[in-house]
Amino acid sequence: MGKFSKAGGREMPELNTSSLPDLVFAFLFFIMMVTSMREVTLKVEFHAPQATELQKLEKKSLVTFIYVGKPTRDLRAKMGSETRIQLNDAFAEVSEIQDYIAQEKSSMKEEDQPFMTVSIKADKETRMGVITDVKQALREAYALKISYSAAQRVD
Amino acid sequence: MGKKRKTPGINGSSSADIAFMLLIFFLITTSMDTDKGLARRLPPPVPKDQKNDTDVDIKKRNLLVVLINSNNQILCGDQFVDIKQLKDKIKDFIDNPFNDEHKPERVEVDVPFFGKQMVTKNHVISLQNDRGTEYQAYINVQNEIAAAYNELRNDVSKKKFGKVFADLDEEQQKAVQQIYPQKISEAEPKNYGGKK
Repeated sequence: MGKFSKAGGREMPELNTSSLPDLVFAFLFFIMMVTSMREVTLKVEFHAPQATELQKLEKKSLVTFIYVGKPTRDLRAKMGSETRIQLNDAFAEVSEIQDYIAQEKSSMKEEDQPFMTVSIKADKETRMGVITDVKQALREAYALKISYSAAQRVD
Repeated sequence: MGKKRKTPGINGSSSADIAFMLLIFFLITTSMDTDKGLARRLPPPVPKDQKNDTDVDIKKRNLLVVLINSNNQILCGDQFVDIKQLKDKIKDFIDNPFNDEHKPERVEVDVPFFGKQMVTKNHVISLQNDRGTEYQAYINVQNEIAAAYNELRNDVSKKKFGKVFADLDEEQQKAVQQIYPQKISEAEPKNYGGKK
């Protein structure tokens, strides 16, 4: 039985962990890239209104954003300073919202579609006329769950 | 001179920890910028062939009209109010603690956990605004209405379960919601824009 005796005190060879930092860094970079890629470049100036009774939006993949505000300063020469609507990366008219919502909806999984939420990110100085138009368009598009995006008020 | 001195190898075992810390930091900060907002539900669209005048009749006592004009002034019921008074006015309207006959009627409803409760289940808060109203003013009013409901719900949750509304489980939340159902109606935009 001497063959199997542990008298020799054979030690477990140490695991080489020198590549672990590289693995983690690769993962880190991946996450940094992915999170920055989801952002759209804002073409409208947007300061969120303030409120206190806020609810968190769950499941980011189910949320569609509509930005409403005045064009940013460098775009103002081209677009004027009227309040505009931004869908994804481009300015849009109210009439385009319905198509946009339908398109976003069809890109979701079917079981997720009823939970689709539209977050209206509007500048606090926007006139309600535009918001009302957006809301009517959303109703027509059957996107009934909405959220008025707002920042937490501190006072 | 001729003897080369060996530099001792740098211990790199802690760089994994550093990288992990960075990773966790990024994970936390990226999930922290989740969007927050006031969640609302829009009414389904009115079919095109149906006229708007089929609106349900609501008894006058059950209806509270909150109107915001283009100067961001608030009219609640038939009084001009400040945004700070609005919450208490709405709370008083929803709750109707003294069974005032100008406030919503209280109907007996069988609620799980609570038993028979007098609930003002037919009340409606009708929110109307002008096209020129500022968005911030509109959000302020929405916020006050939400705050009124939240406070009432929290009160009743604390009394019954000793917890705030948000911490209750689903069944309990449903029961509390039955006592204070949230009924905000946003008026159909009237003759704005010249459509129809």
